[in-house]
Parts: sequence; structure tokens; C-alpha cells
Amino acid sequence: MRFMGRAESDLGFRIGTGAFAALVLAIVAAIGAVLLRESILSVREFGLAFWVTDVWDPVAHQFGARPFIWGTLYSSLLALLIAAPISLGIATYLSELCPSALRQPLIFLTELLAAIPSIVYGLWGVFVLVPLVRQLETALPDWLRATPLFSGPPIGLGMLSAALILAIMVTPFISSLAREVLKSVPRTQREGAYALGATDWEAIRVALSYGRTGIIGAIMLGFGRALGETMAVTMVIGNSPTVSWSLFSPQYTMAAVMANEFAEAVDDLHLHALIEIGLVLFIITLIVNAFSRLLIWNMNRQTQPTKAKLQAAAVGDAA
Amino acid sequence: MRNLIAIVAGLALTAACGGGSSGPVKASEEATSGANAQINGAGATFPNPIYSKWFSEYNKIHPNLKINYQPIGSGGGIRQVLERTVFFGATDQPMTDEMLSKAPGLVLHFPTVLGAVVPVYNLEGIDAPIKFTGSVLADIFLGKITKWNDPALVKINAGVKLPSGAITVVHRSDGSGTTFVWVDYLSKISAEWKEKVGASSSVNWPVGVGGKGNEGVSGLVKQTPGSIGYVELVYALQNKISYGAVQNQTGEFVNPEVTSVTAAAAGAVATMPKDFRVSITNAPGAGAYPISSFTWILLYESPEDKASGAVMVAFMKWALSDGQKMATALGYAPLPDALVPMELEQLSRIKVQ
Repeated sequence: MRFMGRAESDLGFRIGTGAFAALVLAIVAAIGAVLLRESILSVREFGLAFWVTDVWDPVAHQFGARPFIWGTLYSSLLALLIAAPISLGIATYLSELCPSALRQPLIFLTELLAAIPSIVYGLWGVFVLVPLVRQLETALPDWLRATPLFSGPPIGLGMLSAALILAIMVTPFISSLAREVLKSVPRTQREGAYALGATDWEAIRVALSYGRTGIIGAIMLGFGRALGETMAVTMVIGNSPTVSWSLFSPQYTMAAVMANEFAEAVDDLHLHALIEIGLVLFIITLIVNAFSRLLIWNMNRQTQPTKAKLQAAAVGDAA
Repeated sequence: MRNLIAIVAGLALTAACGGGSSGPVKASEEATSGANAQINGAGATFPNPIYSKWFSEYNKIHPNLKINYQPIGSGGGIRQVLERTVFFGATDQPMTDEMLSKAPGLVLHFPTVLGAVVPVYNLEGIDAPIKFTGSVLADIFLGKITKWNDPALVKINAGVKLPSGAITVVHRSDGSGTTFVWVDYLSKISAEWKEKVGASSSVNWPVGVGGKGNEGVSGLVKQTPGSIGYVELVYALQNKISYGAVQNQTGEFVNPEVTSVTAAAAGAVATMPKDFRVSITNAPGAGAYPISSFTWILLYESPEDKASGAVMVAFMKWALSDGQKMATALGYAPLPDALVPMELEQLSRIKVQ
């Protein structure tokens, strides 16, 4: 009887936790379904052209999302390009090299950055960052300004300001996650490296390489946050639906256009087009997450044979 | 969207409290349906300061009546009126015939106060207000005039030493009644604007950068040398930004101020349509500031809840008399006197029994 009771409680536990896990799936499915239902007019009207056309004209009832998709991906990637190395540097220093007296205050400060509301970042961006970026833009030499990456009027508002503010916003996320990952690398990994005569730098590389799956996960989480960031970005990006490589060009993001136009959208097609932007963002986020899973999975698979070879070599040596 | 929120919130609730007690929610619902009348409205953000003032003052006179107003935007206000989820709506642009035809009953428009939209700019060392004509403003916002010393600007600003720098155009990025009034005016003045851009609360801007809200636009204009934008008059006054005079139909350059905005409405009274759905941009009459607009409260002619209807009618009568005196202090222009009896007439049509 006792054993059966235990089995029953195990079963109950399994069903209970299973239900919670299923709830996540249900929520994702419900969000997707509602987004599709509420954007159906626009989906029917524009079809796949919605993804690849550039005109966003509420007066003429023409809606294309390409500039917003571009702006979202470009700003988020630029932000990661800036934030990822900085965050890894912070994480490595805090977990491996930092004197212990300094560690807690530094951890507290980086995590404080994550607690600042995004509207505050936006205001800071408008009043501090944008004027600085404008100064930088006007100070650039003319030959550089002629290149596609730096063309456009030096207004300060634009892709560069957005990427910088996003980078600042995602840095605390990536760095604290990466620090947790490095903390969980077994001591034996480092000790092994030191035993083989590794320097600090080499031992840290071993630790980084051991935790790379987690680190990639941390970066992807930062990417996800950058994709969805709304308020701070809309305040500094210039809100002009343009597809351009230029860092100085005012552009637009998906989250920003939804936040900007939703409240005043009266026309049904306009409203549905805005919700379809939400659907597109939802799909892109799913793709990005799936891609990062794939990346991690592929990485783990590649390391398996090496481990086996190492073991084989070790066995060979012992013999 | 509401459905989405409801579903997510519902799921979250189920997950969080596992169907636990929802006592407090119920209690507050019961309180509202009790003896004290409570009326809900939603809509435009532009008149929110004066509406908040009115509702709070009215509550002081009638402590048992409470009118709630959610400034969710004109578009949202119209949608909620159409779905009858609020008792009254508020909007900065009159409903179109198409929207009215979707309503389950006849919706009436009541102008409450007036506002104006003004061109603001950042030109160092120039103290005198710059003068603009409608066609110059349209050409600047179309990207056809790109320098401050363009001959068209120099001609109307004799004696002002305009700089040779480039003009940076700043517009609202969020959909807004302010934008609607601005582009509605430009559409009336410039055939090219009407054809290429048109009028709506959000448009496809030919040039420029977008700032979020009045504060976003004024912040950008203040920071960016050589920029021009547009904000509500209240906002320009409070924030001490330089703003220009605009030429009206009679050819005068009129400074935007409370009296010139009321003058624009007075000029439109003679030709006022019976349902008050009228744009008064480019209004005729001496001293009329041409970029002015009414803001409206929306009420059903035959409300479902007659008791609330009676309360709202009484409130509107108060707003049209005593309420008007509070407008100027908050930067709104009061309605011209001739309009008030016309509105009282329409109020009497509301079926409260």
C-alpha cells in the first residue's frame, strides 16, 4: 500500500507540473491565435507582401512592414555587437579576477542598471545621449560621412543612438547571466588547466569554452530583450520608416510603431496592420529562439566526438 | 487586443492563485453600482487636463456623482463608444460618416473647448516671431523648402536675418489629434500635400524625424539648431519655445493665442453644420488663427442607461456655462458665445426618459 501511495503521489506530481508546462504552450498558442485573428484583415489584404514592402501610409491604406523589421533586427544586432564583448568582459572580471571587496558592489551596480525603467533610459537618451551623438556626428570628417554607413544629416536621433541605448540596457542582463554560467563551471576545469601549466588567461579561456552554451544563451536572451524594447528606442531612433545601413539615419522598429500608432488608430485596416506587426514580431522572436537552440544543439554535438577521442587517447596513454 | 489581454490575464490569474479568492474585486464592483452614480468615458488625450479639472470640480458640487475619464486617445475613444463599453467618448477629430454608420445608435458631437497647433522652431539669435504662410509650411514639411533663407521665407520675413542652415523637420511619431489638425490645415492649403500625404492622425511623412508626444517634439526642437516642428499651443506657452505667426485667409499674420483661436471658431459659427462635425482650420474672419480646432465629447442620442444620460446632460450644461470659465487658465480657448445655445439645443434631443 505504501508503495502504491507513493506511486500515486508521484503521478499527481507529474501531472501537476506537466500541467504548468502545458500552460506555457497554451499561452504561446493563445497569443499567436489572437494576434492572427485580430490582424486577419491586413493578412488577407497584403499577404506575404506585408513582409517585403516599404510603404506605411495610414491615409492611403497601404501597409508594409519591411522598414520596421529591418530597423528592429538592425538595431538589436548592433546593440549585441556592442554589448556582448563588454558583458563578457564584465562577467569574466567579476567571476574570475575581481578582488572580493569590490565584487559585491560591482555586481550590485550592474544589476541596478537592469532595474531602471525603460522610460528613464529614453529620457536620458533624448537629453544626454542624443546631443552627444550629434556632436560625434558633426565631428566626423567629410570623407567618412560620404560612406554609406555614416551618411545622412547629423541630427543625433537615429540608429546609432538606438543601438547605444539598447546596448546599455541589455548589458546587465547578459553580464549577470554569463557570470552565473562562469560560476557554475566546475573548479576542476580551472584546476586542471593550471595543473597543465596554463596562465590565468588560458584558464579563463577553458572556463569560457566550458560554459559557452550558457553564454550563447545569455546573449540570445539579451537579443530577445533588444528586439522587444519599445519606449527607450522610440524616443531616440527618429521614428522614420526607412531601410538604410546608415547609423545616422532615423529609422523605426516594430515595437515602436505599435506603441506610437495603436491608441489613435481608428481605421480597421490600420489597426489590423498594427496587430500584424505584433504577429511578425512574435514570429521573428520564435525564429530567433529556435535558431539559438539549434546553434547550441549543434555546438554540443560537435564537442561530443572530441570528448570521446580525448577519452580514447587517455586510455591509450594509460595502457 | 482586449481579447488578448483578457485571455492572458485570465490564464495568469488561474496560474497565480489557482482559482483562489477574488473577493476584493467583487466588493469594489458592488460599490460602483450602488446609490452613487458613476459614469465612465474615454478618448482624446489633448483635452484631458480640462476634462479632469471639470470632472473634479463637478464632483465637488455633486459629491454623489463621479465621472471617470480615461485619456486613451481619440481612436480608442471612438472604438469604445461604438462598442458601448464607455458611456461617453471624446475625440479631436469628428467621426466620419462611415464610422457613424457602424454605431448601434445615433452619436452626437458636442464641441467642448478649442485648441490650436503652432509651428515651433529653433533659430538662435532671432527674437521676433518668424512669419509663415500655409504654403510655406506645406513646402517645408514636403521637403521642398530645405533652407531657412529660402526666398519664400525671406519674402514674408522682411527685416529678419534668416540663417542659411538646413531645416530639420520634426513631427509627431505617435498618432495624435495634434497631427490631424496640422495636416488637415496643410491639406486645405496645399493641393500637393492633399494628394501626396493627406490628413489623418498618423500619416506617411515625406521628410523629417518623429518625436513621441508634444514633449518629444518640443525636446527635439529645443535641442536641434535649425529645426521646425509643431505642438499644441498650451505646450509651446508652458515650455517657452519660440513659435511663429501664421497667415490666415484674410492675409494677416496671426499670433496663436486664446483670443485668436476663439475668433477662428466664431468665424465658423455662421456656417456651422447641425451636427457640429466641422474642421475650423483655415477659418475665415479677421484675427482668426488658422490652425485651430474643436475637441468633441461623443454621446448617444438615445443612451441605454437613462439615469446616466440625465447626469451627463446636466454636466454638459454646466461645462458649457461655468466650465468655460476654467478654459483659459489651462491654455484652452473657450467656445464662442454664439455656439452655446446651438449646443444646448442639441443636448435637449438626448432622450433621458
